[in-house]
Amino acid sequence: MTHLDGNVLAGALADIFSVDLTPASARCTGCGAVAQLAEAMVYTNAPGIVARCATCDHVLATVVDAGDRLWLSLTGLSGIELRRA
Amino acid sequence: MSFVTRGFSGRARERDPRLPPGQTLVQDWPVLSAGPTPRIDTAEWEFVIRDETGADHRWSWDELLALGVEDITADIHCVTHWSKLEMPWRGVSVDKLFENVESQYDYVMAHSYGGYTTNVPLEDLLDGRAWIAIEADGEPLDPEHGGPARLLVPHLYFWKSAKWVRGLVMMPDDDPGFWEQNGYHLRGDPWKEERYW
Amino acid sequence: MSADPLTRPDTARRRPAWHVATVAELAPETPTAARLVLDVPTWPGNDAGAHLDVRLTAPDGYQATRSYSIASSGETSRVVLAVDEVPDGEVSPFLVRELRPGDQLELHGPLGAFFVWQPSRDDRPVQLIAGGSGVVPLYAMAASHAAAADPAPFRLLYSVRTPRHVFFADELAALVGPAFDLDLAYTREAPDGRQGDIGRITKDTLAARTIPAARRPQVFVCGPTGFVEAVASWLRALGHAAADIRTERFGGT
Ligand SMILES: Cc1cc2nc3c(=O)[nH]c(=O)nc-3n(C[C@H](O)[C@H](O)[C@H](O)COP(=O)(O)OP(=O)(O)OC[C@H]3O[C@@H](n4cnc5c(N)ncnc54)[C@H](O)[C@@H]3O)c2cc1C
Ligand SMILES: [Zn+2]
Repeated sequence: MTHLDGNVLAGALADIFSVDLTPASARCTGCGAVAQLAEAMVYTNAPGIVARCATCDHVLATVVDAGDRLWLSLTGLSGIELRRA
Repeated sequence: MSFVTRGFSGRARERDPRLPPGQTLVQDWPVLSAGPTPRIDTAEWEFVIRDETGADHRWSWDELLALGVEDITADIHCVTHWSKLEMPWRGVSVDKLFENVESQYDYVMAHSYGGYTTNVPLEDLLDGRAWIAIEADGEPLDPEHGGPARLLVPHLYFWKSAKWVRGLVMMPDDDPGFWEQNGYHLRGDPWKEERYW
Repeated sequence: MSADPLTRPDTARRRPAWHVATVAELAPETPTAARLVLDVPTWPGNDAGAHLDVRLTAPDGYQATRSYSIASSGETSRVVLAVDEVPDGEVSPFLVRELRPGDQLELHGPLGAFFVWQPSRDDRPVQLIAGGSGVVPLYAMAASHAAAADPAPFRLLYSVRTPRHVFFADELAALVGPAFDLDLAYTREAPDGRQGDIGRITKDTLAARTIPAARRPQVFVCGPTGFVEAVASWLRALGHAAADIRTERFGGT
């Protein structure tokens, strides 16, 4: 299976955050492109979920789910812009 | 709040004493991908070992093959719970690559085309336990499965068997690679079920 | 409609949560797909286009989770899904063939605030482009658009194998009117008399049969990953801005 869209991150992230992060804009630390997380390319057929920049393929975020524990890395993102509803 | 879903058993999971805990036997070979698949021509392919002095030891594709390709039969165990038993492989023993490399460092970071990394203790790569694999199931390794060459360390979870491997960098400490930074175990022994931190 | 912020459903309060659903009805949707009507008493409602995650648990604790778009929308505790069976798949054959009315499922949702459509006050046109089961969230948008009597002109270009493989065939046909245009593109077999039109969607199909970029439509594309990939790149080539194109890839090739 090839990649999916950032929308698919909503389920994994909703377990952690009280707002839906997928429409949030953020800056790629690889190339500087600013895009909504929902626009990332998401690979789910892997030991964890990997979201990559649609512009440069840089890894933006990973989610590793061990059932009772979960690891979230957002090291490929800077300046995550969240809007109040 | 999880409850058992009536009638659901998942993909058939067979029990076999050769399966480490929590693993399921598969007949096909699932493709996992965490990014775009790099496609590297063997004419451009190159393998590098970098030691603590910063010196590079390099092999072209033909030079790698000239070290001697051996037949391997291995069980592989993916951390996503599937295993394949007695899989035929062909590859070059990592021992051959280290014959002329001097290093005091005990750890290695494997680097791949496409940017993937994974850390492995050097002793897990030596003594006939690891290969640079170029064929599986009697066929040249498909790019989807890491071709032209992937690391093969069958006694550790399969994420350590880096696809599209391009080199090894010696390290004084066991610094974490890609998955190891993001939740997975530093060593990954399937028999000890070392899946996560 | 949504002009009054006080009557507008508060989507921010539709926080995703885990829910227990009971299967109320099951019916074949196409020769390979089933429609699932679920009773979810705790469901907060959802925007058109949102999805949810279904989690199945085996007796030994093994779990499998998959995403499914929601065909229903608005304030309702009846959640409608349509699932196409992927041969040799782990979850979809179970949902299509093994599930029975009365069975319980774990759901996580509603999810996704990006690939959703909400009634608007502007009349910017909306172009929907679906491949196969990818029509599910787009059907939800078209139905919600009709229910809201929203003025924006809607068009759906729907690539599908044969007339028997059309999801929500009757419901879509019933929506057709001045503000909704339905255009079916058959890849294997067309209804009588249209055999000349058979084939996969190409860049030329898009140029001839979708709202032109000059009218700045909001475009939603959904279907198998390969389909979405191809359509999105042709839309860019036809002059649509990246920001005007929203995609939902279902996976596969
Ligand atoms: C946001 C989102 C919404 C979705 N909505 C729907 C929906 O409304 N209706 C629906 O039927 N499906 C939908 N899907 C797809 C669904 O999540 C599953 O991928 C699909 O049901 C297959 O799951 P499986 O367990 O049966 O197959 P798996 O066991 O996961 O896969 C079996 C084989 O099929 C391939 N495969 C996986 N997914 C697909 C696919 N979608 N198409 C073709 N081949 C595939 C795999 O690569 C693998 O080789 C959606 C996916 C996403 C990300
Ligand atoms: Zn980038």
